[in-house]
Amino acid sequence: MVRYKSSSRRLFEIGNYAVLALISVLCFFPIVHILAISFSSSSAATAGKVGLWPVGFNMKSYSFVISQPAFLKSLGVTLQRLLLGVPINMLLGVLAAYSLSKETKDFRFRTVYVWLFVLTMLFGGGLIPTYMIVMKTGLLDSIWGLVIPSAVNVFNVVLILNFFRGLPKELLEASFMDGANHWKTLMRIVIPVSLPVLATVTLFTVVFHWNEWFSGLIYMNSPQKYPLQSYMQTVIVNKDFTRLSVANLTLLAEVSDRTVKAAQIFLGTLPILLVYPFIQRYFMGGIVMGSVKE
Amino acid sequence: MLKLMKKELPLHLMVWPALVIVLIYSYGPMLGIVIAFQKYVPAMGFFKSKWVGWDNFEYLLHLPNIWQVVGNTIYISAMKIIAGLIVPIVVALLLNEVRIHAFKRSVQTLVYLPHFLSWVILGGIVVDLLSPSTGLVNQLISWFGGKPIFFVSNNHWFPFILVSTDIWKEFGFSTIVYLAALTSINPALYEAAVMDGANRMRQTWHITLPGLLPVIILMATLSLGNVLNAGFDQVFNLYSPVVYQSGDILDTLVYRLGLIDYQYSVATAVGLLKSIVSLIFMAGSYVLAYRFANYRIF
Repeated sequence: MVRYKSSSRRLFEIGNYAVLALISVLCFFPIVHILAISFSSSSAATAGKVGLWPVGFNMKSYSFVISQPAFLKSLGVTLQRLLLGVPINMLLGVLAAYSLSKETKDFRFRTVYVWLFVLTMLFGGGLIPTYMIVMKTGLLDSIWGLVIPSAVNVFNVVLILNFFRGLPKELLEASFMDGANHWKTLMRIVIPVSLPVLATVTLFTVVFHWNEWFSGLIYMNSPQKYPLQSYMQTVIVNKDFTRLSVANLTLLAEVSDRTVKAAQIFLGTLPILLVYPFIQRYFMGGIVMGSVKE
Repeated sequence: MLKLMKKELPLHLMVWPALVIVLIYSYGPMLGIVIAFQKYVPAMGFFKSKWVGWDNFEYLLHLPNIWQVVGNTIYISAMKIIAGLIVPIVVALLLNEVRIHAFKRSVQTLVYLPHFLSWVILGGIVVDLLSPSTGLVNQLISWFGGKPIFFVSNNHWFPFILVSTDIWKEFGFSTIVYLAALTSINPALYEAAVMDGANRMRQTWHITLPGLLPVIILMATLSLGNVLNAGFDQVFNLYSPVVYQSGDILDTLVYRLGLIDYQYSVATAVGLLKSIVSLIFMAGSYVLAYRFANYRIF
């Protein structure tokens, strides 16, 4: 490209960098602010003196949060959910994606199956009928209620499927030539060459199970069985406003223990921050998640 | 024939575990929609509950706030759709002008992040930031001599809070599609334009934007399917009865009718109407996307 810079161009570039820097800072800044509050003293936080750096640095809020049995209990539920949910999601997804990635001439029912999966993206029974089915299948109040109903993510299946379809045909043909069947081909050829994409989908599933709070809220009858985000939903967000007059609402905002909430928010964010660099690498590579495809 | 069946058997076996889950938990609820036409009592089940025909639908049309809720839903989602198209396109165009690779990557890293956080977390952050006493935003307002505003409990402000915080969460991630499309524009076009004496502004106008147009049309039509999805997770974590007037949407209404008031049949009826309208919009937008952008998902 021809490099010719006029002064107006230079002005634009400076402005452009400034605007983008401002946007990114604004985007990330609330999280840093919350982090600063969580490490600040209670008095500084309630007086609103904290900006981007802790005032009266201490870790009391964290030790308070961690000493809460309910918090630890819900963290345990989330870990259990991850250990069960992620492998099940991946297993079902990879198996389905492999068989749906075949050409119609090799697998005559493919089109029927694909449509059965895809239709669920376009239409659903809605909240109440889904709740009824979960109840009828006996999953209310059980850890499986958080795992089984969401065990198949059609979006992920389509993503893996598209990747499998893009693999060189010769690779699979060679495997069949050597007498391998579908199972062997999947295990020894397809999965090993698809590890990067499978790793990414796994991380997405981890993020999904970590973040999902609604099914915990409605399918679990006792708060002891809430996963972390459902627990956080009830303690951080869900203040019962119904019995308060408007005059008291302002008061409520003041008595809330800001640093403890901030600590909980940050603890809920931390695992995402940890896996984020690995997920993000995938987008930088230019592959677009389940999006535009030829 | 038998041989063919045998050859395909493993492929069937591989699909079925996932298919069983989908049949039970996606198609099961679709059958469960019958309760919209019943006076459903859980103890009686789907089969013994009394049939009432269209009574539930008639009842819901006479709910005092139903049109308000429909209005809120469309108003909020329309604003989100429009802003959700414009902001990412502008940011993608700006990012496209950045030549320092490390800077571009850093910006991307920071703006993609909120997409991966749940509305429980983001809701907690938003409520803290907007708190009338200690929130940073109101401190700024006071500093400039204004009066603190209780944003999340103010019917005038609430829809704008929803739209702006939704942009915060999603605009970065939405730029990905446009950035990917930008990389596929042929560099020779720009070289030719430079030869013809076009400045950067004209290059953007005559090459970049037309190059993006198919993706823009695609995203616009696909987002039509969301006209009735005003964002349950977000609204649920930010609203309160004080702002029902401006912030109550169909999904939150369904939740309260069904799981708080136990009016299962009425809630299902509302949900069904919503699903049907969404389906029509989605089908329509797929047709449009195919017409104008030649896009097919399968």
